[in-house]
Amino acid sequence: MTREEAENGIDDMVIDGAQQANAVPDRFDANYLRIYYGKLFPHADMFKWLSYGHDGKHPACDKSYFGRREFSFTLENDIYIRFQSFNSAIELENSIKEKCPFKIDIGPVYSVDPAKRHAYAQSGDNVFTPVERELVFDIDITDYDDVRYCCTGADVCLQCWPLMTIAIKVIDTALRDDFGFNHILWVYSGRRGVHCWVCDGKARRLTNEQRAAIADYFRVYKGNENSHKKISLPGPVLHPFLARSYTEVLKGFFEAKMLPNQNLLSSEERYEKILEMIPDASVASELRGRWQENKRASMSKDDINLVRWDQLKSVLQSGKQKTQGIRRCVEEIVFSFTYPRLDMEVSKHMNHLLKAPFCVHPKTGRVCVPIDPNNCDEFDPTIVPTLSQLLEELNREGLRQDADNEGDRTSLGESVKFFRTTFLQPLLKSCKEGIESSYNAKLQQSKNALSW
Amino acid sequence: MEVVQSNRKSSSSKVIVSTLPLYRSAPPLEVRLEDFELFAMDRLRVLKGISDGLGRGKKPEEMEKLIANLWKENMRHPQANEEANKDVISHFVLRLVYCRTEELRKWFLSMEITLFRYRFRLESSEAQRALMSEFKLPYKAVSNAEFECVKDKLGQVARSMGQTLAAADAIFYKVPFEEVPELVAGRRVFIHKGYAYVAMNQVVSLVVTQFRSYLSKALILTNRKWTSTVREQEMDRLTPIVEALCTSYLGPDYSQANKVGEISLKDIDQIAKISFPLCMRHLFEKVREDHHLKHGGRMQLGLFLKVVLYLHDMICLQHLVCVFECIVETRNQLMIGEEGVGLKLDDALTFWKAEFAPKVSGLLQCAREIAVAPPSELPATPAIAPNSARDGRNSARDGHNHDFNVLFLAAHAVEYWIINTKLSLLIGECREDYTPYSCQKIISSTPGVGDHHGCPYRHFSEENLRAALLRMGVSSRAVEDVMDKVRNRHYQLACTLTFEAVHGSSCDAGINHPNQYFIDSQRIVQSKVDDVNSFRIFGSTVWV
Repeated sequence: MTREEAENGIDDMVIDGAQQANAVPDRFDANYLRIYYGKLFPHADMFKWLSYGHDGKHPACDKSYFGRREFSFTLENDIYIRFQSFNSAIELENSIKEKCPFKIDIGPVYSVDPAKRHAYAQSGDNVFTPVERELVFDIDITDYDDVRYCCTGADVCLQCWPLMTIAIKVIDTALRDDFGFNHILWVYSGRRGVHCWVCDGKARRLTNEQRAAIADYFRVYKGNENSHKKISLPGPVLHPFLARSYTEVLKGFFEAKMLPNQNLLSSEERYEKILEMIPDASVASELRGRWQENKRASMSKDDINLVRWDQLKSVLQSGKQKTQGIRRCVEEIVFSFTYPRLDMEVSKHMNHLLKAPFCVHPKTGRVCVPIDPNNCDEFDPTIVPTLSQLLEELNREGLRQDADNEGDRTSLGESVKFFRTTFLQPLLKSCKEGIESSYNAKLQQSKNALSW
Repeated sequence: MEVVQSNRKSSSSKVIVSTLPLYRSAPPLEVRLEDFELFAMDRLRVLKGISDGLGRGKKPEEMEKLIANLWKENMRHPQANEEANKDVISHFVLRLVYCRTEELRKWFLSMEITLFRYRFRLESSEAQRALMSEFKLPYKAVSNAEFECVKDKLGQVARSMGQTLAAADAIFYKVPFEEVPELVAGRRVFIHKGYAYVAMNQVVSLVVTQFRSYLSKALILTNRKWTSTVREQEMDRLTPIVEALCTSYLGPDYSQANKVGEISLKDIDQIAKISFPLCMRHLFEKVREDHHLKHGGRMQLGLFLKVVLYLHDMICLQHLVCVFECIVETRNQLMIGEEGVGLKLDDALTFWKAEFAPKVSGLLQCAREIAVAPPSELPATPAIAPNSARDGRNSARDGHNHDFNVLFLAAHAVEYWIINTKLSLLIGECREDYTPYSCQKIISSTPGVGDHHGCPYRHFSEENLRAALLRMGVSSRAVEDVMDKVRNRHYQLACTLTFEAVHGSSCDAGINHPNQYFIDSQRIVQSKVDDVNSFRIFGSTVWV
């Protein structure tokens, strides 16, 4: 997860007796997974998380709660099984170890055990329905393909990954400050994006309409292949949420990193894309003229983007510009390049299934590890532990027979620890408090009812 | 009966009484049969006025004035409780009228909500708060101290919507964000730590949401009750009136100017499936799919559609005429036997048939000619003299003049429909050749890559043409006949055969013009509808 872990020696195929015994070819298959699920996957933590305190230890616990959660497994050969449910941690763990799913998805908590859904559907009253589900977000870097030049498609590098970082910052801040949510888990999706799980009780009980409203609150990008300008920010000033995102995150990132790293203004092809976004053709051609002239001027490559951006800003924001639309154009350009692009459909529906944390991505072999939103600048997707790397580490530590702490010996240990301490423990504390207080309230109520 | 009355402010010079009812329960009053219809018609005038205003795209300030005037003209009564009675009674009568189909319910709901929204805005803030508690909305007003803290942000939100923050009496409510999803989705509120700060004018939308949800459910219940019990019970009394009321001149309103390209495509979907010739069907499908047509297609389809819409108004008019005949006939049936009444109605009917109906049939004749005439030849003035209907009213006896009210309203509605649709045709860009294309012209055009105009019988591949014909509902045997004509390059004959196959009747004149196809198709369709219509058509039809 951090750079230190990288020093533990990953794919050096040194032809040396001892190391060759530990070297694990870079593969993804059921055998590897079996070991992973056997020794590294944090089954108990997943159970604790998804029970939200209903682990049976308190009289007010809802013992059916965990059993009403849907899981789905994708097995080898693309076999996909839905509506899996488990009544205890052991059941969950055994099923995973036995089936070795290539992917585990987590669905909603239904009104009844998903395994029994057919019995209920027949009553015609539609009682098989989701009742709780985390508020989730899915951000995928392929949605940014039109604004990154370093990679395309499934590739990700350190030049474009920061787009995910700033998306995390913008959304995380809004979820906490604006919506008042506290228990938020960000997870690397294993290849090219991030997922967000909002686990507060209030979030889990949101209706589809409310989820859609939150997704729309975050939505700014509205375009298709036909429109040049996909972001439109009408109004004399920005909504406080957009203004904060701009000044605290987007502007700085765009000017300091994205402009120079992606060379957004250095060549004609690239700066045309930005000029297209300026609604006033005369302004655009004024800048075009200037830049075409300067093509041959000797400037160091790093400067040209920043210099031209400054020119653009001074033209657009000058006092001469009468229409609001022109002045706002600067923000619109920054937003269109950097503002988070969410997959709306994922967030809007309670029954959408989302990949579980700590799964292994079949194409990259990387583990879906949590990301610390407070340190997301440090996260480097290119050194996230892979399945083969972890197995290699296990091999090396093989002499120590301490079954309980095997996870700790590998690079995964740090991620699991992070998951436990920063996310799980505060969440469980809050859940237990909630269960406790509602139990006490009910007790009080019944006491009051009894007293004359 | 529940009528909300706010606290009377003794300190101010005028007494503030809120008369905004929530229509929670039907009034247990006895209503005279005449009042039943009278009150309903008056309220209908208000709702229709609102519908027109919205259709013409009036701004909120204009709507406010319009609604205030409509209410004043139609619903006011010197005694406050009489006014309140009329308000509630008329609403419930119209509920009966408009609960019967999904479309009617939607229209009624939409107009009542708009009416409620504007009336709510006009109420004092005490009255508004009282209404909020009626709806059991548990929102707390933001304290002064807290307001000072968030004032900047609230101002920012207001300005982001192009508004200003009314400083002095700025009342905000602190509401859990989940309860105002619309406002959150549109970023129209400041949200902090899970609470949305909702301005007073946004509170309206909260109240309106409650009102909408309640009324929508009530309408469905009313419909159930009506169809199951009341309709049968009232067969002799209320049912005919109710059924007549709801079919009166309140179909989809095309009276606003429809420029080529701004047509609401969904509205004519149904008609397109039944009555468009293949060339226009194809273009129409493409523009629905791609939201785009190249120039050739735009011209061919657009000109066709412009006349279609005009004609559709004419067809609505036709239906309108038939319906009014039924209303009068129905009243006739109800009142025959009562002294003196029968005579008056006969007079009314005679007058109407003499003055009104031929003008409508004349209009339809015009429509056929307009379809093929250049704009310069369009008649300049509407065929109906606006005052003729009103003259009729002046000669009415005292007392029961609501028959004439009905006729007057009908004439008024017809008149401005005609004016608006004709004007819109004339206004629409007086450029060169704005005649809709004839078959000859369409056949001779040459669509290129990415074009969808031209005559499909000429330009489609055999395979595509077969598929398109089958989709239109042409039988496979008829398809063979059509294909035979196509191979011999008789494209218009092919289209004629298609017409005959689709409509199940012969077309002797042959097809020469897409608009002709359309008119002929609608004639057949309308006549079929009229057959199964529960209203009897009195006398001969005025169909051309």
